Amino acid sequence: MRISSKTGLIAICAWALFLGDSMGYAQRGSSNDAQTAAKTTKEKISAGSELDKAPGKARARRNPLERDPDAVVTGKKLFGMHCAECHGESAQGTRRAPNLRDSEVQEAPPGAIFWVLTNGIVWHGMPVWSKLPEPQRWQLVSYIKSLGSNSQDSARH
Amino acid sequence: MLSRTFRGLLLFALLVSLLPSRSFAQENPYIVAYDHYMEEPGSLEVEYFSTFSTQRAGNDFHAFWTEFEYGATAWWTTEFYLDAQSTFRDSTLFTGFRWENRFRPLKHEHFINPVIYVEYEHINGADKILKEIEGHDGEADNADSNALARQEHKNELEFKLLLSSTYKGWNIVENTLAAKNLSNQPWEFGYAVGASRPLRRKATPKRCNLCAENFIVGAEMYGGLGDRHSFGLKDTSHYLAPVAAWNLPSGWTLRISPGFGLNDNSHGFLLRWGLAREFSGFGDLIGHLFGGRQ
Repeated sequence: MRISSKTGLIAICAWALFLGDSMGYAQRGSSNDAQTAAKTTKEKISAGSELDKAPGKARARRNPLERDPDAVVTGKKLFGMHCAECHGESAQGTRRAPNLRDSEVQEAPPGAIFWVLTNGIVWHGMPVWSKLPEPQRWQLVSYIKSLGSNSQDSARH
Repeated sequence: MLSRTFRGLLLFALLVSLLPSRSFAQENPYIVAYDHYMEEPGSLEVEYFSTFSTQRAGNDFHAFWTEFEYGATAWWTTEFYLDAQSTFRDSTLFTGFRWENRFRPLKHEHFINPVIYVEYEHINGADKILKEIEGHDGEADNADSNALARQEHKNELEFKLLLSSTYKGWNIVENTLAAKNLSNQPWEFGYAVGASRPLRRKATPKRCNLCAENFIVGAEMYGGLGDRHSFGLKDTSHYLAPVAAWNLPSGWTLRISPGFGLNDNSHGFLLRWGLAREFSGFGDLIGHLFGGRQ
């Protein structure tokens, strides 16, 4: 018996409708107003509260690349490739992910940021980044810590 | 001759691949085995894979499939496959579709990370993509002519437990599968294991295509484990395949894997390769079409 093209077409349409509906559902309630959107994101997920969940041992870890002169520049490149889509080009935050220049992120120990990167915040949409080798995650931490609290981007100059 | 549906989807894949993307895929090189990493939420990965295989007592063939992999959430990835094959000195045909879902049950990373895999397949007997080896699958199953093989019709459910660990740059995966043809066939079992590592763990400051950190190499092994009535290695086929992936900063990933049959039931040689491109923000784009910006 042949697989009819009608069956295939129905399956493809069902999958497309299912995805479209789930994506539409995910989008509903979003706003064009960036401030409202940012507030929604902040209400949904606080970067600080996730950083606070890092175990003591993880928080105490030091960045092995903190004296590496290339770490910030390389971290910036990696940020553009993997993180900017959600956190924004300058890590200023979007409706999908929080501002990484917030003081709660900037004042967090590097080990806590590394822990969040490694484990993600899976139930709130941040993927696990342990697929990046450990040195690359530390390079990202170096860049994030270089941003400063809602101030200039030191890596940019 | 390929169906209009399949040609339409291939055209769609080509058009989508021309869209700009700023996402960089960091894909492991496996073609059969799975790790525990989900597609990033809202991202669509369009993938094309080929398997060329030698065939004793039959014609060599080239099987190919297109995958549309979408990150529904950070813990759920859904994928739609379209399969086809071309048998030399025979014909080319569309052989069916698959709908796959992977769920990550645990919140944090652990030494071993489980993922639950559920797939529905609607394929015919001429399907030769060898995406997984199960039960007593063997080379002889693919020796029939396409006209004969396509008469067989399969509706199959497949469950996998994917276990994956990442340690000091190494990724190690162990997959076990149980598949059930819904037309009163016994449960069939199979496995896949693999290990891979990037050539360089630390990234270089400059954006580059040929940097060592963009290349991931490893090996995978997969095969059948019999069925409910005869579980074990008897009359099963097994393969060992080096694997390599090249992740380009432009969002493209190229994979290649020459596979070697390990016993007389296996195909002697499989050459697999694949091309994938990731599109981040696809969910937002489509979401707007479905009334997201109201």
